[in-house]
Formats: sequence, structure tokens, C-alpha cells
Amino acid sequence: MSDITEQHAGAVGVPAIGRWRWIGQGARIFARQREATIFVVAAALFAYFAVTNSSFTSEANLVVLSQDIAPIIIIAIGEVLLLICGEIDLSVGFIYAFAPFMMHYMIDDGVPVLPAILIALLLGLAAGWFNGFLTVTLGLPSFITTLGTGFLLYGLMLTTSHAEPVIPPSSAAGAGKWLGSYSWSMIIWAVALLAIFHVVLTRTRWGLHTVATGGNLLGAREAGINVGRIKYGNFMITGLLGALVGLQVAFQTNDIDPLAGGYQPMFYAVTAAVIGGTAMLGGSGTMIGALLGSIVLGVLTDGFTVIGISANPLPIIFGGAVLIAMIANVQLSRLRESGRMK
Amino acid sequence: MTSAAPATQAGTDVLRTDHISKRYGAVTALLDVNLRLARGEVLGLIGDNGAGKSTLLKILCGFQAPDAGRIVLNGQDVALSSVDHARSLGIEAVYQDLALINQLSVYHNMFLNRERIRWPLLSNRTMKRLARQYLDDMGVNIPSVEVPVASLSGGQRQAIAVARSVFTQAKILLLDEPLAAMGAKEAALILDLIRDLKGRGDVSIIVIAHNYGQVLEICDRVNLLQHGMIMLDKPSRETSVQELNDIVVEEYRRALESRQRST
Repeated sequence: MSDITEQHAGAVGVPAIGRWRWIGQGARIFARQREATIFVVAAALFAYFAVTNSSFTSEANLVVLSQDIAPIIIIAIGEVLLLICGEIDLSVGFIYAFAPFMMHYMIDDGVPVLPAILIALLLGLAAGWFNGFLTVTLGLPSFITTLGTGFLLYGLMLTTSHAEPVIPPSSAAGAGKWLGSYSWSMIIWAVALLAIFHVVLTRTRWGLHTVATGGNLLGAREAGINVGRIKYGNFMITGLLGALVGLQVAFQTNDIDPLAGGYQPMFYAVTAAVIGGTAMLGGSGTMIGALLGSIVLGVLTDGFTVIGISANPLPIIFGGAVLIAMIANVQLSRLRESGRMK
Repeated sequence: MTSAAPATQAGTDVLRTDHISKRYGAVTALLDVNLRLARGEVLGLIGDNGAGKSTLLKILCGFQAPDAGRIVLNGQDVALSSVDHARSLGIEAVYQDLALINQLSVYHNMFLNRERIRWPLLSNRTMKRLARQYLDDMGVNIPSVEVPVASLSGGQRQAIAVARSVFTQAKILLLDEPLAAMGAKEAALILDLIRDLKGRGDVSIIVIAHNYGQVLEICDRVNLLQHGMIMLDKPSRETSVQELNDIVVEEYRRALESRQRST
């Protein structure tokens, strides 16, 4: 009995101050992480919708939620890399739209399923290379070049498909399950890719040189970094990921739709990246931030549907979120640089 | 006025220019410049704006070719075709902190494009340790090698830029106004660093600066450029801030008088 009292006294006595200090320190370390704010927002939104409507956390809805979030994550991976090295890809949503048609044409022409999928992915890689060629080799701003290639790909897709939706070939159903038609496959791909690219960005030469290229182009070049190669590579990664998402969504919805993709997935991905702390001017950004940003966008979209509120005001929230995120990023980095958050 | 270094001295000179001239249209930027830099020496290059300091620096770092004359590196004629070429020969210009990547940590900057790798990952721990050790050896005091260089002061960034050049095998450093826009404490950091490098004996340095006091303090020898010519070449201990000032002021007075006469 006396033991218990003593322990109890101990817990609320002197060590309690230590505990508060410990919590305070933990909070400070947490706040120093660039992703802290967006993590709190994502968790709070999730909790809010979960409490408001119990069906939000039902398995059926979690599957839908994951399928909403996964494409944003995967495209955001590419956009984060590009934004960090000082570029952007506006065309990725049209690669997304074209790739499944490409696969369909190939299979129609008698190409076996796996090579057809591979060729569709290579199309994404090639489109990314072309974006790199225009941006790096011809020296045009990527905001313009990818606008152009986006239209180009869109037109090619419409012309070749006669703007008619098709159903993914039944012979591809097996591969489709791996890629997207199994409930959780998209989110598994998304998280696995994100984890890989998180390591690429933070722990490899490629990631370091990507940051250097966007942080100080001249300085990076001075150090002998082939900045053109870095940009080409990141355009190609983005193109490849765009094609992958296109195939996944086609299998998941069992529909190859000329209206799929477009600007929306790209805008969502860039929004996710920015509210996750990626700088539009290059030099900084994180994969974890993009993941959390994607979750925020997905949870908002899905949550509004589940609790039955009109989705019309959503863009207001997204717009506000982007602006607040940008303002917060600028202010926070100012705080950090002035040393007040050491 | 000094002319070309005597042949007997050529052996100790790590870098020499023989009768270098450079014109930009009608303007003569450099005229018959014979500069020599001994191994392990710190040479101060002073002179008013437009005297030709920057032009000389650009020629030495391979950015521009001279119109006439030759550059002799370790006793051999070299035609520096580019900045990269000069750098591969161990000559490197350090322009303030412009080449650093603000967003990257100190140690990543130190190892930029020469990273230690344990494929496929960066050996961050090794790079941190080596950078820490190296900066400590050089007496560069920074709180941590893990902070982004953006959080450091101008002097610290400059010190890291200089340290990085030496770290990457530069043997001849060309420091362009390393002390410009720096407070006393900051400047002391760089002066200490230059002194440390001098102590090593294998790095030779040309410092362009405006503050004669600081130049005389750290340089073994000073060259005063005027109108693209070396007007004075003396060991630091044989000259003074007074003498250097007098030459420049005298020149200014003469120019003023000739202008008054012509009007």
C-alpha cells in the first residue's frame, strides 16, 4: 500500500516537472519537423470525419479513400522531385490518360500482356524524356514545354482512340489485379514507391544532387554536377509514374476513359506537394510531406462525400490550404533561419 | 618597377605570368603583367577599381584567355582553356559563398559531387566525421556540420567555401575580396583560416582585397596594380599602409591635375 502511495506521489511529484519538460522538448522537436503542421491537420481531419460519421472508417470507405489518395501520392512523388530541382510537369495527367490506351492498342495488335504494359510504361518514360529534351536541351521553361506536351499527348490520345472509352482487355486481368483492381493494391504501390523515393531523396547522391540543382543551379554546376542529367532523370521518373497511375486507375475502374487524367491529378499532386512543404522555387521538399498532403486532400474529398455535404466548397478549402501552407512555410523558415526555433 | 622573375627563382614559383596583356576594345585592362606566386606564399593583390585585379583573376582561373603573354604553372607553360581545366590543375577561384547550396548541410556542401558512397546510399556518417575533423583542423568554428549553410553567418559560409576548395585538392587559391562586407569577427575568422593555410605550406594564395591593413597583416607580399600594371611589388614587412595609401592618393592627385590642365 505504502509502495503504491509512494509511486503515486512520485508520479505527480518532482518527476512530473521532468515529464512536462520532456513533453515540451518532444513538442519542440516535433515542431521543428517541416511536416509537423500538415501531420496535425491530416490527423485532425481524419479524426473529425471518423467521429462525425462511423461509416467513414468502414472498410469499404477506407478502400475508396485509399484509391483516392494513391494516385495523388504517386504523381506527387514525381512532382516533388521536379519541384525540388526547379521544374514542374503539367503534362503528367495526359501521360496518365494515354498510357492505358497504349497498352490496349498493343494487346489488340497481338502483343502479349506484360510487354504491352511495359511499352505503356515506356511511353511515360519517353514522354518524360521529351519534356527533359525541351526543357534542358532546348532551354525552354518547363511550365511552357509541359503545357505543350500535355496538349500533344491529349490530342494523340483523342485521335487514336476516337475519344471512345474502352474496357481493359480481359487477358490483362491477372496483371490488373497486381496493379490496381485488387482493393488495396494501389495504396500498397503508392506507399512502397513513396518509401523508395523517400530514401532516394534523402539518402542517395541522386536526391542530394536534385536538391543542389534546385537550391543553387550555378553552384551545383560549379561543383561539377551534371544538372541537365538530374532534370532529365526527374522528368522521366515523373513520366513513368504518370503512366503507372494511368494503368492502375484503368484496371481499378475497369475503364479506359479518354476523360481520365488531365490536369486534375497533376494539380492535386502539386497541391499535395506544396501543402506538404515543398518549395515551388526549388531546393527543398519532402516525400513524407507530399504523402501527408495527399492524405489531407483525399480525406477532405472523401469525407465531404461520406458526411453528405455538397462537395462544391471543396476547392475553397483546397485553395485556402495551399495559400496557408505557402504562408506558413515562408514564415516558419524565416523563424528557423532567425534561430528562434533552435 | 619589377620585371620578370629571374630564372633562378623559377623553381620556387608555383605560378607565374609572363608579360600578360589584355584589352577590351580600346581599354587596356592589363599591360605586360609579370606576376609571380611562390609555393606556400600569400600574395595580396590591391589596387583601385578598374586597375585590372579582376581581369587578372579571370585569366588565372581560366575564365578568360590573355591577348598576349603566357602563364607558367610549376615551370611549365599552360593555356588555361576553361575554369574546369584550371581547376583540374589545382587552381581555383573562390567567389564569396556563391557556390554553396544554402539548403544543404555543411558536410553535404563540403562533399558535393565527391560524396562518400556505400552503394546505393550516401555514407553520411563518414562524411560528417571527415568534414568535422577537417574543419576542426583548419580551425573553422561552426556549431555543427549538420546545419544547413543558410543558417550560418557570411563569414562562416565564406570559410566553408574556402575550406572546401582546399579540401578538394586546390593548390592555388584565388580569393576575390574574401573580406568584403564582413564584420570584424567575421573577417578574423577568414584571416585565421588564411593564416592556417599558409602554415600548411602546400597551398599558395592570391588575395584580392581593399583593406590595406588586413592585406599587410596576412600577406607575405603585396602587388599594387594601377592601370593594368604592377606598380609596386614588395614584401609586406617592407611596406606600410601609409606607403600604399600615398601611392594611390598620389596617383589620384595626378589624374585630377591632368584633368584640370586639360579643361
